[in-house]
Amino acid sequence: MNPIVELVQVEKRFGSETVVKGIDLAVRKGEFLTILGPSGCGKTTTLRMIAGFERPTGGEILLEGRNVVDVPPYKRDVNTVFQSYALFPHMTVYDNIAYGLKMKGVPMAQRADRVKEVLRMVQLEPMAGRKPMQLSGGQQQRVAVARALINNPKVLLLDEPLGALDLKLRKQMQIELKHLQQRLGITFIYITHDQEEALTMSDRIAVMNQGRIEQVATPEEIYHYPQSKYVADFIGETNLLDVQIVSRTDSGIVLDYAGRKLVGKLGRNQTPTDKMTLSVRPERIRMAKEEEADWPFALPGKVEEVIFVGSFVRTIVRLTDGTQLHAMAPSQGKAAFTAGEQVWLGWEEADGIVIGA
Amino acid sequence: MQDEAALAINKNERPTARRQRAWNPRLLILLIPPIIWLSIFLFAPYAVLFINSFWKVDFGSIVHEFTWGNYTKFFTNSLYYGTFLKTLKIAAWVTVFSILLSYPLAYFINFKIKKNKQLFYTLVIIPLWVSYLVRAYAWKIVLGQDGILNNVLLAVGLIDHPMEIFLYSQYAVVLALTHIYTPWVLMSIYTSLEHIPRDVLEASKDLGAGRFRTFFRVVLPLSLPGLIAGATFAFVLTMGDFLAPQLLGGTSSMMVSNVVYSLFGVANNWPLGSTIGILTLFVVLGILQLTHRLEHRTTSFEAGTRGR
Ligand SMILES: Nc1ncnc2c1ncn2[C@@H]1O[C@H](COP(=O)(O)OP(=O)(O)O)[C@@H](O)[C@H]1O
Ligand SMILES: [Mg+2]
Repeated sequence: MNPIVELVQVEKRFGSETVVKGIDLAVRKGEFLTILGPSGCGKTTTLRMIAGFERPTGGEILLEGRNVVDVPPYKRDVNTVFQSYALFPHMTVYDNIAYGLKMKGVPMAQRADRVKEVLRMVQLEPMAGRKPMQLSGGQQQRVAVARALINNPKVLLLDEPLGALDLKLRKQMQIELKHLQQRLGITFIYITHDQEEALTMSDRIAVMNQGRIEQVATPEEIYHYPQSKYVADFIGETNLLDVQIVSRTDSGIVLDYAGRKLVGKLGRNQTPTDKMTLSVRPERIRMAKEEEADWPFALPGKVEEVIFVGSFVRTIVRLTDGTQLHAMAPSQGKAAFTAGEQVWLGWEEADGIVIGA
Repeated sequence: MQDEAALAINKNERPTARRQRAWNPRLLILLIPPIIWLSIFLFAPYAVLFINSFWKVDFGSIVHEFTWGNYTKFFTNSLYYGTFLKTLKIAAWVTVFSILLSYPLAYFINFKIKKNKQLFYTLVIIPLWVSYLVRAYAWKIVLGQDGILNNVLLAVGLIDHPMEIFLYSQYAVVLALTHIYTPWVLMSIYTSLEHIPRDVLEASKDLGAGRFRTFFRVVLPLSLPGLIAGATFAFVLTMGDFLAPQLLGGTSSMMVSNVVYSLFGVANNWPLGSTIGILTLFVVLGILQLTHRLEHRTTSFEAGTRGR
């Protein structure tokens, strides 16, 4: 299937500063794609180029195969939910939502039906007559979504739409938005800097860093098979070790870490070089008081801190070279290790992902 | 639901709170100085003016005897009500021209100028720092018989002898007052335009409105509070102006304040002067009340103002 939105080598410069540095991205019809990256990496700028508020200084943006670089926003079949909501303060909720249809010249009777339908969809029927300032943050957010969705856009662009809400409401809205998207089948391009939000909501995630896209993949793939050190570090929590490849076996790689032998597996699309990085998730690290015979290898260390975080216990271990590793294990009746204790660490071959340094 | 209940509670609470406050003796003591101040400097003069407007005049001296005569005179003598209407007309023109001049300029500076916005804004409002008299006299130099305008037109050959009509006419008065009040109107409009976030305009475009419809449906409504405030300012100050007509207007363009001025001066008819003063005051208060309500019904992004 042809992508509904395609960015081809899109670049954006502001004066001498290049903010978006040649992005390639194909968004599939009906998917929930999240652009994830830290603040200032160019997410908003990318979205604004898709919406038409910003013109790329290089490359092409294709909407259903047509280059729209020179098409103004009001002629693109794309709608935006703004980070600030950008509601019209002088209009009621009803008029805010009806705005798009009015601009399209939809007759009044038809418009009224559709507005009511959308109001019901976002559960705001009793608020129709209010002004935006008389609504709570969560309600304003719904109005912003309703106002954009009523136009049945081919693509809905959302720029950190939940950023201003408190944690509890944010979690609830994440699920609501996701369900809405699934029900309507509209393509969502969603921006966030919150990796948990991205993992929860997305069909695919595009991880962005300093104006470049580092990896585009499903949440599971991004989490388990990060393609770069940056992605491994940004998504979830991980331990990173500088390693060298010693030899390759049928199933994985034997590595050298500060004179000790480790095992791991080459990550996807990685070319083995002299210096590599090994990424291992805290929940994949196992610990023992004695060196276990059936482990492929074991790293000695000393427990520095044991932190109880409810369902999990986090153990911080300092290796002999001073490096800290974090391990997470489900909490049991009482802590298995105590600070100051000598421990051995290890993991399965498949859990040590080897990526370029 | 929940906050509706909260609102209802608030509604019930407020009047009680106010009633309690009114009986608070400490508050009364605190209010005494401002009350005295307002009485001496605001209410007392108006009261005197008001009382004066009902006295009779006999051969240039005031007779303390009640009469409606001054009011009757005002409404029947075209010199008085005519001047009043003319003043309203001049004020309306000044207001309209000030808006027409300043709105596009404020819009341009706020939305179109990216660099040095502050510099442009300052340049436009610099005339505010120049004394009123200097600005009025400047127009005399431009419009006078031997003025710049006449000389340019003579040089170009559009006229063959200097025109007198430029100066000492209502046009000159409207022109000068427009020049004088435009920066104020501009400041007021600019401030409300400045507070409109870029996102809101983009949202309008995103939803299918072009530049034109975005202006009329979003920008203009959101700048109305500033527009109304600026317009009120220009209108009310023009209503009370007497220097511009005196310097540039000639006898045919006397405005209300000039009439009042002469009634209190050479004509020595204080009661009639007071009558006109009081009527002007009521008209101005009416206009202020009206625009205040209008302003309240519009919404802007400035803190504290919100549509109800
Ligand atoms: N209109 C602009 N002019 C100049 N620089 C800009 C403009 N818009 C964004 N930038 C810069 O581009 C960079 C990326 O911004 P943005 O796309 O908003 O990042 P993000 O949304 O990922 O936080 C920032 O350094 C920002 O300062
Ligand atoms: Mg952003």
